[in-house]
Amino acid sequence: MTYSSIRIQVERDILIAIRGRSETFNSLVFFMVVILLFGLGIGPVGSRLSAVGPAALWVVALFANMLSVEGIFRRDFDDGSLELFLIHNNPLFFGVLLRVSVHWFVTALPLVIVAPLAVVMFNLETDVLVIFIATLLLGTPVLTLIGAIGSALTTGLGKGGMLLALLVLPFYIPVLVFGSSACYAAIDGESVRAQLLWLSVLLVASVTVGPFAIAAALRISQEY
Amino acid sequence: MDFSLELSSGELVEIWGPNGSGKSTLLRCIAGLFEPDSGHATIERDSLFTYLGHKQGLSGVLTPIENLRWFAGLESIQNEQTSLRSALETVGMETYSHRLCGELSAGQLRRVALARLAVSKAKVWILDEPLTSLDQEGVSMLSTLIEQHLRNEGAVICATHQSLAVSNTRIVNLP
Repeated sequence: MTYSSIRIQVERDILIAIRGRSETFNSLVFFMVVILLFGLGIGPVGSRLSAVGPAALWVVALFANMLSVEGIFRRDFDDGSLELFLIHNNPLFFGVLLRVSVHWFVTALPLVIVAPLAVVMFNLETDVLVIFIATLLLGTPVLTLIGAIGSALTTGLGKGGMLLALLVLPFYIPVLVFGSSACYAAIDGESVRAQLLWLSVLLVASVTVGPFAIAAALRISQEY
Repeated sequence: MDFSLELSSGELVEIWGPNGSGKSTLLRCIAGLFEPDSGHATIERDSLFTYLGHKQGLSGVLTPIENLRWFAGLESIQNEQTSLRSALETVGMETYSHRLCGELSAGQLRRVALARLAVSKAKVWILDEPLTSLDQEGVSMLSTLIEQHLRNEGAVICATHQSLAVSNTRIVNLP
């Protein structure tokens, strides 16, 4: 891939994300609304909010990610652009990594940006906010890559939402466990090094292996 | 089904056959989108080819120019805006260059998809029922595009139910 083709691909994906804004910003709206509902449901009791907060934040972030990742290849599959993408990207690894990176940038990064607001709503301290953002930055790319594998596998099936959830949820669990446990450790004043290192390992592994699996799954999707 | 086909430069091969005979599957195998159970398809010397399938390969939220620009990027073709415009002019779609593809009719979308052929530098064109949705003017425009391509030592393999009326055409019938 040349620099020019990378730039054109990135510009196209961002343009599609902006023009198809309902699909792009669904996950952000979902994240904010559910966090708000959690806050209202738990009530204005600081200790209760901070006890539930990290787990709730991570579960909502996880589902928000799953919501957005379902459509990562759907539009291109429906209009046939995916066929051209598969034919002309050789090797597919970099093309896929680029697509997933742009998707993360437009859907998961906004969650990181609004994270301070969500953390404040759960009465969590500033140091927890820093850890929450760090875990989101390490964990959401992993979720996006895992979700993209599931999405690529189910793209050719039409409505693959439930199947996608069944496929990817088990693989989301380690990210959820390490992400929320890092936040709880920060609340308790303990070291979060181990959790962050594990999340980093997951990130490196998913960036290394994920695009190959996505590329293979996309090729399979063309055979339906 | 046993099938063997060789395509030379300057030649158009039309694949004919009834619905379900495997024309599209054959072209998808050649394009590398479908793995055959046995056998292989190779495009020798020049590995660059372009494929036009049943789907148009055009994003509905992008304009024809933006779609063509993306396609040119995929083929690593350095394209000025003017050359993309002239490709659209070739297929009679220059006045729609800034309308979203989602607002165009099926025939207009087909024409924009065919503009990819004018942009592409590929020697081999793989066309799957390219006449679908085209009016008579569109059909003759495509025939002209193919004739020009064949004159430039290109080759075309095309699944169709209707002859493209181009010289140096070989017809292969699938049972």
